[in-house]
Amino acid sequence: MYERHILICAGTGCISSGANEVHDTLVEELEKHGLKEKVRIIMSGCHGFCEQGPIFIVYPEDIFYCGVQAEDVPELVEEYLVKGNMVERLLYKDPVSEERVISHDKIMFYSKQKRLALRNCGVIDPENIDEYIIRGGYLGFKKALAMEPMDVVNEVKSSGLRGRGGAGFPTGMKWQFANGSPGGKKYIVCNADEGDPGAFMDRSLLEGDPHAILEGMLIAGKAVGADEGYIYVRSEYPLAIKRLRTAIAQAEEYGLIGENIMGFGFNFKVKIKEGAGAFVCGEETALLASIEGQRGVPRHRPPFPAVEGLWGKPTCINNVETLANVPLILRRGAEEFASVGTEGSKGTKVFALTGKVNNTGLVEVAMGITIREVVFDIGGGIRFGKKFKAAQIGGPSGGCIPEEHLDLPIDFDSLTAAGAMMGSGGLVVVDEDTCMVDMARYFLNFTKNESCGQCIPCRLGTTQMFDILEDITEGRGKPEDIPMLEELALAVKKGSMCGLGQTAPNPILTTLRYFRDEYEAHVIEKRCPALVCKALLQYSIDEEKCIGCTRCTKECPVDAISGEKKEPHVIDQEKCTKCGACFDVCPKKVRAVVVLSEGLPEQDRENAEEGCKCQS
Amino acid sequence: MSELVTLTIDGVEIKAEPGTSVLRAALENGIYIPHLCDHPDVSSVGICRVCIIEIEGRRPTVSCKTPVEEGMVVTTSNEELEKTRKINLELLVLNHDYNCQSCAKNSQCKLQELTRYIGLDEERIKAMREPELPHEIDDSNPYYLRDLNKCVLCGICVRTCEEIQGDGCIDFAFRGIKTKISVLGDKPIAESTCVTCGECVTRCPVGALVPRREMEPTYEVETICPFCGCGCAIAVGARGGKLVSSRAVPGSPASGGTLCVKGRFGLSFVNSPERLTKPLIRKDGELVEASWEEAISYVAQKLGQYKGDQFAAIASAKCTTEDNYVMQKFTRAVMETNNIDHCARL
Repeated sequence: MYERHILICAGTGCISSGANEVHDTLVEELEKHGLKEKVRIIMSGCHGFCEQGPIFIVYPEDIFYCGVQAEDVPELVEEYLVKGNMVERLLYKDPVSEERVISHDKIMFYSKQKRLALRNCGVIDPENIDEYIIRGGYLGFKKALAMEPMDVVNEVKSSGLRGRGGAGFPTGMKWQFANGSPGGKKYIVCNADEGDPGAFMDRSLLEGDPHAILEGMLIAGKAVGADEGYIYVRSEYPLAIKRLRTAIAQAEEYGLIGENIMGFGFNFKVKIKEGAGAFVCGEETALLASIEGQRGVPRHRPPFPAVEGLWGKPTCINNVETLANVPLILRRGAEEFASVGTEGSKGTKVFALTGKVNNTGLVEVAMGITIREVVFDIGGGIRFGKKFKAAQIGGPSGGCIPEEHLDLPIDFDSLTAAGAMMGSGGLVVVDEDTCMVDMARYFLNFTKNESCGQCIPCRLGTTQMFDILEDITEGRGKPEDIPMLEELALAVKKGSMCGLGQTAPNPILTTLRYFRDEYEAHVIEKRCPALVCKALLQYSIDEEKCIGCTRCTKECPVDAISGEKKEPHVIDQEKCTKCGACFDVCPKKVRAVVVLSEGLPEQDRENAEEGCKCQS
Repeated sequence: MSELVTLTIDGVEIKAEPGTSVLRAALENGIYIPHLCDHPDVSSVGICRVCIIEIEGRRPTVSCKTPVEEGMVVTTSNEELEKTRKINLELLVLNHDYNCQSCAKNSQCKLQELTRYIGLDEERIKAMREPELPHEIDDSNPYYLRDLNKCVLCGICVRTCEEIQGDGCIDFAFRGIKTKISVLGDKPIAESTCVTCGECVTRCPVGALVPRREMEPTYEVETICPFCGCGCAIAVGARGGKLVSSRAVPGSPASGGTLCVKGRFGLSFVNSPERLTKPLIRKDGELVEASWEEAISYVAQKLGQYKGDQFAAIASAKCTTEDNYVMQKFTRAVMETNNIDHCARL
């Protein structure tokens, strides 16, 4: 009998911060103290709190140690496991109260979350099917097997589940279309081509609870009458692929995948197809083309995949997180699922919370929670006490939500109305030090590079918008660029063939909507209010403060700084390349080097303003 | 024939075969919808987005990929559609080598047709960032030139190669702004599996693929390709007594309106000074020019010495069917043998 279970997070984040080394040292230390038979180590899926990784939880007491490194392990074993003394320094410290917190449900990061899709992530050993089954796994599937396909469809329909991949299309409706499509052969495809930079909820699910995805696919197969499923997963997710393969093999061994499953006469097999790294292959028709072995480019819809999909057969494509919710709906009933969330958006949504917040990581929240709660309660507020500026929601094709909309409920329709979108659930928080024009430029750089290049508006429009944004951030912006950006953005949105082009202008449209003054400051006044765009900054030295330490003189790569020792120094603006080296080396106590963005003199601004009379 | 579908385009009621696209139905009924990537000979893909339309109750879509439906109400032009279309076209023009005067496709160019119809906002184009046109002209093929700076990436060539020629030697390559039509390994076209049928060249809507032919013909004559036995109908063009062009006659029953490299690009021998125009008779080991009368009597006199299986005839695929008919009749009836054969191909 084990006396204790120790969960070490083996998500990608914690592995890269040293979870495997922690595991190896723990094995050695347990051996040393003769605890090998008494303590069971479980390498679990992601706990979401990647920033605090590696995470090390001791059960049954539920002690949440975080940031544990291999060298901390001997102390943990010796002090806690052997002597029973809490290792205070490895407990989580609340950023606000600065108090140490013992168990994870007392941590704000977790207490406001509702983990349904991630129910097993970080709780079970993802490579052990029995642990999944003990937690109610495959019960939903068993229930579905005994039901009529249309009853399964209706159950999902009445749950109100909407696709978690981006567009939020009602899942039950999709299933109904696929179910109603004539044809013997049908396919289920799991879209695990998670491409948004910073989003990793699908990865965590695949790594932390692969059986939930398989069960979701099996239920979908039963509902639409498919006997074959594909999981299209990025080849950049080797751990997810490995765990999926293990899970498939285990499910086959248990007879949960194969022929005549559980004697119900239902057959289903699952194959894995590794993607080759194109962002656009997350678009369903491009994904299908890629599985077929063709160039991964989208094709015109309709026909929708539910009618004509993989190899021309009716195909039901669902996102990983969507599928992870399905077993719950079947097991606990649509009503219970629908009790969480808002009128139009049921259930929960997983967000990858990143940026300038104190707590970054993966969070699952009930739909309808406000952005404020996510950023300030779960996220613990903005780092270094800075001011919140905006939250970019929905990845590179999402939009930014400014401070005045902090109380906006997070659900599909509210976000779309505000110009953003749920997308795959990226949530990047930016503070006052972020230039919104520069941020739009950053996202456009991504989308323009990832455009498949097929249709004109997306191929040429995103590049044109990027070029303009780059000019603006590099000081070459013209007042007429603002209306131009708006016109281009709308034309690309309307004219593009697939979701990539239709949403790529969102960062521009929302930053223009909420932060137009920043654009105007760049093009009219030639200044960057957030002090980010190098070309619009001036470095200068405050004569009063400069102690003449000469550090900046030595550091300056272009010899732009002159001045005698112990005398105030001066920066030659002609020579200065604005590298910021002087700012970095100026002693913190002195802070004589200042960075400003003053821009054009008043008169010139007025002239420039004339050209900015925007048409919209 | 299945029952026709009735739909309304810009207030005009039209009828169309089920399965026809809105674009084709409109064009067949004399309603113009600007389009670029659609070609009647190949499948539709809807990538140029120029033929964007609005259908009542739906989001804007492209007409080439939308099949006609009973009662459909289509709008081909309104302020929003025109604006989207115009910016789309402006971006295309900006990224195109717009040196029309020296372009072989001048006045037959689809992009010119579109700019005339849709119009451009010169001010807006001027305010846009001008891209570099990065491609070198690919002159590796002896019969046609590829200038990717003029390519609009409509993909008609790709579909033509795949669907009409069945070769598939070209496809889209790379992503985003770097997208281009390329052969395997991004090599010059001559190093690919291209068979130089020229089908893509004839369908290229712009000056990206042009035959090396230097001159436009003053008149054309319809005839049959002189090469193999297929009998493809061609229209050869002449200028100043010289043959300068050859193209497929659309709808030719033998070829379906297509040609191979020989019929399209292989007729320049007609103008060769080395071509025989008079019969030659070998006299004392030398080939000497002779008149037709002299040559024919010479042959008749020689043939008179043989009969039956002593004789065999090989006819040529370059001759007309009538010529070959007479040849076999002569062999069988006059020479009294069945020893007649044919080279079948060249």
